Amino acid sequence: MGNMTQFPDHSKEAPDAERLKAYSWPDDPTLVPEWIYTDEYIAELEQQRIFQGHTWNYCGLEVEVPEPGSYIRSYLGSMPIIVTRDEEGEIHAFENRCAHRGAEFCKTYRGKTETFICPYHQWTYGLDGALISVPFRRGVKGKGGMPKDFDMEANSLRRLNVTTRNGAIFVSSQDDMEPFEDYLGPMMVEQFDTVFDGRPLKLLGVHRNILEGNWKLYQENLKDTYHATLLHTYLTTFGLFVASNETFVMTDDTGRHSTTCNRRPEGRPDADETTAEIGSFHSAMQLADPSVLNYVKESDSQWTSNAMTVWPNLVLIRQTNIFSARQIVPMGPNKFMLIWCSFGYADDDPEMLEHRLKQNNIFGPGGFIGIDDNEVIKFVADGAQRGAGRDGVIPLGRDDEPSDTVITDRALRGMYSWYRKEMGL
Amino acid sequence: MNVDEIEPQIAEPATLSLDDRRKLSFLVEEFNCLYAEALDEGRIADWPGFFTEDAVYKLLARDNAEAGLPLSLMYCAGKGMLKDRAYAIEYTEMFAPRYTKHQISNTRVLGREGDIVTARSNYSIFETLVDEPTEILQVGTYHDRFVIEGDRLLLKERCALYDTVCVPICVVFPP
Ligand SMILES: [Fe+2]
Repeated sequence: MGNMTQFPDHSKEAPDAERLKAYSWPDDPTLVPEWIYTDEYIAELEQQRIFQGHTWNYCGLEVEVPEPGSYIRSYLGSMPIIVTRDEEGEIHAFENRCAHRGAEFCKTYRGKTETFICPYHQWTYGLDGALISVPFRRGVKGKGGMPKDFDMEANSLRRLNVTTRNGAIFVSSQDDMEPFEDYLGPMMVEQFDTVFDGRPLKLLGVHRNILEGNWKLYQENLKDTYHATLLHTYLTTFGLFVASNETFVMTDDTGRHSTTCNRRPEGRPDADETTAEIGSFHSAMQLADPSVLNYVKESDSQWTSNAMTVWPNLVLIRQTNIFSARQIVPMGPNKFMLIWCSFGYADDDPEMLEHRLKQNNIFGPGGFIGIDDNEVIKFVADGAQRGAGRDGVIPLGRDDEPSDTVITDRALRGMYSWYRKEMGL
Repeated sequence: MNVDEIEPQIAEPATLSLDDRRKLSFLVEEFNCLYAEALDEGRIADWPGFFTEDAVYKLLARDNAEAGLPLSLMYCAGKGMLKDRAYAIEYTEMFAPRYTKHQISNTRVLGREGDIVTARSNYSIFETLVDEPTEILQVGTYHDRFVIEGDRLLLKERCALYDTVCVPICVVFPP
């Protein structure tokens, strides 16, 4: 098959040893150096070694490209890509950049087409990214035009390795990728399948926001279970997530992926020792419309919420009856985009659809708790950008203890130990 | 099509008399001023009071709406949900303090049926944070249905359709 994707494999090269000497990671695994959030070179290296390295990157849902000819704009790391479905129903993904003069030609979020035409010189590509026509290839009146040996295939869009599982699409710029199931590991596959259990999905909508901060802060945010019961007063006040809830924090063997499972108690939490330590807990408050938070049981899982991170760019959420896949798109060291895709099941009746739409008020760029995280990331970024240098500390919990507590930084330490390997730091 | 063949498009002919349009436009504009003042002065607890008991409020990304996708950035069906949104903003959400300023313009009354008035306006919201320049948070269009109550209006439905689909960080206060 050869090199289908036509992207270089930077992981086979040693990183620039001279340049990396300037960066020294602290020996203590409970410390995180600040330059990983602010440094331009580190951000570039992440694109090469992580996003364009041996990773499966989430890029959308099959239900977003439901029919032959459907396409969406997406990203692999910072690189704009297009995801399509061809006439045979097969999913393709390729760089959103003309092979000729390099224009980013697709400027719509989603649509249906038979071909992609770069407006600059009308080079035309098929739904699989293959170059199918070049105007004036033979020139005019025998003059000009392409060289005789012009290779259409070599001048196609750079194609990506694509895999899917139960409706979610992942891409890699490397050909020699392990199967997605091996990439996740058996424990994470089980959690993944709680959200994507193979039932046909219904797309509810896609939100986008630009966050000020480094993309890893968002991975951290989901792995940082400690904050969830402290920052998110809405969750604690209305009982969706309280430190004393039954909970389970797991990471895969590599440390790069993680899941936090949680079970909501019936009714609201009592004012007890766990709520007493939460300065912002409002025990007197009742929702005017509590039906919004009703849990309609729809899976066999013993947990009412899963918050999963798939390295490097997917956050997968099942909270009560909300399903959402959030794609992290790095945009330099101090900026990233989040693409929040919310969905339900294709066979939802109108009542269930309405319930999901109401419950989705919790997350997103205008969500009751989405706002907390979006905002606090800028607080951390402002600190890293403006403050005098100091390492972050992630000391909570132990790596070898049972994982039935949220008061732990275990998953963050796991992620950074993997990050250092992948980056060669 | 030849350029000469393009007829300038004028919006649908007014179904209301000039007098009605003048009177109702004034009511809508006055309503929007009060609505903007409440939000821009940080009186979020007053926000549900601009709506009827059965009101629907939706904040919709334009690209979602155009694709027929039903998800809202904020969605309240009934005054209970409006109050819960206001409570969450005032007591449970964490966000950097900010000033906001609504500019509401291009107000046009589209029609009236009984005591229901339909209208549309454009809005833009400027947001200012500590030690930051003022930024544009959103530009969009309100698609409204009002109920006339005496000499004032209440919103029965406000659909805020925003162009700014790549949201800068987040939208805290409802547009
Ligand atoms: Fe959070």
